[in-house]
Amino acid sequence: MKLLVPVKRVVDANVKVRVKSDGTGVELANVKMAMNPFDEIAVEEAMRLKEAGIATEVVAVSCGPQACQETLRTALALGADRAILVETDAELQPLAVAKLLKAIAAKESPQLVVMGKQAIDDDNNQTGQMLAALLGWPQATFASKVKIEGGGAQVTREVDGGLETVSIRLPAVITTDLRLNEPRYVTLPNIMKAKKKPLETLKPEALGVDVAPRLATLRVEEPPKRKSGVKVPDAKTLVEKLKNEAKVI
Amino acid sequence: MTILVVAEHDNAALKPSTLNTLGAAKQIGGDVHVLVAGQRCEAVAQAAAAVPGVGKVLLADAAQYKDQLAENLAALVVGLAKDYGHVLAPATTFGKNFMPRVAAALDVGQVSDISAVKSPDTFVRPIYAGNALATVQSKDPIKVVTVRSTGFEAVPATGGTATIATIAAAADTGLSTLVGRELTKSERPELTAARVIVSGGRGMGSGENFKLLEPLADKLNAAMGASRAAVDAGFVPNDWQVGQTGKIVAPELYIAVGISGAIQHLAGMKDSRVIVAINKDEEAPIFQVADYGIVGDLFKVVPELVRSLG
Repeated sequence: MKLLVPVKRVVDANVKVRVKSDGTGVELANVKMAMNPFDEIAVEEAMRLKEAGIATEVVAVSCGPQACQETLRTALALGADRAILVETDAELQPLAVAKLLKAIAAKESPQLVVMGKQAIDDDNNQTGQMLAALLGWPQATFASKVKIEGGGAQVTREVDGGLETVSIRLPAVITTDLRLNEPRYVTLPNIMKAKKKPLETLKPEALGVDVAPRLATLRVEEPPKRKSGVKVPDAKTLVEKLKNEAKVI
Repeated sequence: MTILVVAEHDNAALKPSTLNTLGAAKQIGGDVHVLVAGQRCEAVAQAAAAVPGVGKVLLADAAQYKDQLAENLAALVVGLAKDYGHVLAPATTFGKNFMPRVAAALDVGQVSDISAVKSPDTFVRPIYAGNALATVQSKDPIKVVTVRSTGFEAVPATGGTATIATIAAAADTGLSTLVGRELTKSERPELTAARVIVSGGRGMGSGENFKLLEPLADKLNAAMGASRAAVDAGFVPNDWQVGQTGKIVAPELYIAVGISGAIQHLAGMKDSRVIVAINKDEEAPIFQVADYGIVGDLFKVVPELVRSLG
């Protein structure tokens, strides 16, 4: 079966972002970018399904500016067979990305889409569910275990109260949680190989998708800072402070 | 315009997150209806009808809503949404799961995880793990919004007398079925509703060592939580995780034990009223957000703390 793995280029998880002084967003100039960590987990899961003989082809796709090619090359270096970039400099919100992915899915007819549950930049946690809805497919979000069997999938999901296992028909969308797997490292020979793998570029217009944003960001600001606290010498002092100063116990 | 709030429940009781979501609905203003979709969930509908400020409860009682699966629940909500200006649900794994399906089917954007209401179409939401707050305005005719519980005070649970209207179920999509649930059973308060939380990190060293925190949690009637590092190391189950991708909490008192304070953990707890950190590394970032810190060996400090609490 063919797998589609959408990947997003985001600010590296180890970077502490700064809000721009004019309040229009966060500072992205000269900031290290990387593949969204949840998407790395999705690529890894796709590769494991391929290595297990379940997936026959893994296609990585990204939507965004030309620089997303780097992210796609990373996916190729991790083992994806080929890549598609839907190239645009426009601001893309989850609904627009879901529509672009739907158009790609119509062209590629994957049996399964595996993608991160949320991107660590806008923290929306929407695109996978939206894609599933647009395609009329079932979904299994926040997956910590995936088992493909007999035309369907059994997926264990991380939910607030613990774990939940659902059985879904294929084709379907699965979104990955942190504990699904531990992604492999990219090796130098694989980076070299990835350079030769096919990477196709498309435009949103060619896919007939209107990507106009639905939400306007009016302002981005720093969250209120906590006042720095005090160190106390021992547990006894702490209890006194909690009782008499903070009045919390 | 009327607001539709989709209730989170387990067919027996209304989850507290629903009351916080109703708190957000109250700030938006207007009539509020609550949808209770489940099976044999009459008691939940009655609980929702008793919440002051709720004008009407819609009860959809059918087998396909028993397990709150996203496909069927979204189909039901989409069918109702055209009569509403807003559709709200808690930004818990319940709401996060089905709400984007609703938004996509209605061809509207979703505003995720709001922490404040500026006006009926303008909301504040944290981005970049809470390192920035974005004020966003929805231009869509129906606002589909998930609500961060810690951002809104819960409305009272009793005193109201809303009518309950039974509504027809949407057709069963048959796209997914529940195989089973392994829910963590605990005598302790739920993490997201607890007044006090005692959380452990990688510094605990092992799952066994988390037992050290139990007497402390007992004394304070606290919920127990953990950092992602501790969960990833397999010390404790995933549903204990506090952080950007786990649970967002804001208790009166948060005690972080052996937690260094990675950005993604701070994102989940830095709105707590009082934060206490116990860590042997005095440079640990957790001390930058802690009101009270003790630099020391947690294996000595925690038992002392239990004794000092008397």
